[in-house]
Amino acid sequence: MKISMTVNGKFVSAEVDARTLLVAFIRDSLRLTGTHVGCDTGQCGACTIHMNGQAVKSCNILALQAEGADILTIEGLANADGTLHPMQEAFRQHHGLQCGFCTPGMVMSAVDLVRNHPNPSEETIRAELDGNLCRCTGYHNIVKAVKAAAANM
Amino acid sequence: MYAFDYQKPKSLAEAAAALSRGGDPKLLAGGQSLIAAMKLRLAAPSDLIDLGAITELTGIKAEAAGITIGAMTRHAEVARSRDVQARIPALASLAGAIGDRMVRNMGTLGGSLAHNDPVADYPAAVLGLGATVNTNKRSIAADDFFKGMFETALQAGEIIVSVTFPVPKRAAYIKFKNPASRYAIVGVMAAETGSGVRVAVTGAASSVFRVPEMEKALASNWSADAIAGISVPAGKLNSDMHASAEYRSHLVTVMARRAVEAAK
Repeated sequence: MKISMTVNGKFVSAEVDARTLLVAFIRDSLRLTGTHVGCDTGQCGACTIHMNGQAVKSCNILALQAEGADILTIEGLANADGTLHPMQEAFRQHHGLQCGFCTPGMVMSAVDLVRNHPNPSEETIRAELDGNLCRCTGYHNIVKAVKAAAANM
Repeated sequence: MYAFDYQKPKSLAEAAAALSRGGDPKLLAGGQSLIAAMKLRLAAPSDLIDLGAITELTGIKAEAAGITIGAMTRHAEVARSRDVQARIPALASLAGAIGDRMVRNMGTLGGSLAHNDPVADYPAAVLGLGATVNTNKRSIAADDFFKGMFETALQAGEIIVSVTFPVPKRAAYIKFKNPASRYAIVGVMAAETGSGVRVAVTGAASSVFRVPEMEKALASNWSADAIAGISVPAGKLNSDMHASAEYRSHLVTVMARRAVEAAK
């Protein structure tokens, strides 16, 4: 089936099998491999992207459901001149990652979090990130990074 | 995933027609349960009818009778609705605690109710608040809607259009979350509605249920003490790797008491 959508500001269009998940379309068809498949059962959040301005788990959405949507992946977050988004910069400064596998999803989720809670408490951050799992960091520096980024967003 | 034919009708009539065309069709709302099930081959519809383009299924309307919420309204929208927060805060807070943020941005009220997962939250809201489920064919009272595990009163070809929630005098929903999935191991909605006290329990059995003994006690004395000695027998409750039936029975009373306290 034919689908088209805007991804990171660019119009894209392709022919896909109806069963194609949005994450597969992003990674395999568009070669944007920053979005990761962690659990493939919709629990870990490594596949988190923004669809029409909202954080969603792309492994649990058909590409067809995103027809006509405005998609933002981790690759689209930095500024056009290459400088990092405040959330990315905060993760860098506060060591909010180790292996980096959960990080794109964590960052996309955190950006959505701060948009909805402009001045989040530590408690709010921990609660609102409960859809993103990290096996490396114990979340401590992730929370610090989100708190710091919120002040700059 | 097994192959399927996909359609995205633009109207309710088109969706109903697609449903009645034979095969083994399934309506796709937010997909947070259905797509996951299809990935595991636990669901294999021949046709997927995506309701995402039908605008008449969305929206939150505050009326005299209460608040009517469109079936395709996302959990996040219910949670942040000023109308729901003002008039039925227990409903806003229940919606805001479903799954995680990404689930809440996609999952819908209608999808949750039609699926009737035994550990979902919305069934407790609908049964506990005495809401009415409006379909394209009729209106179904909450007490008549939930039939069993993943089973509702919806007939073939019937599509949930909206749910009307009457405004309660007071209500609260307290959930003992599974720490991994965030589903309810036990969730209790306690409400003093315009037509009496309702206590609805989800997560504990094969489908949401009311606790008449607790309702009676609370009707004369709305306090946690009034129901401290009332429990639901473990015999009918779920036992699984997360909690035994006995533990669930214990949790029902604890969560019910917390809900009553929170609703004061």
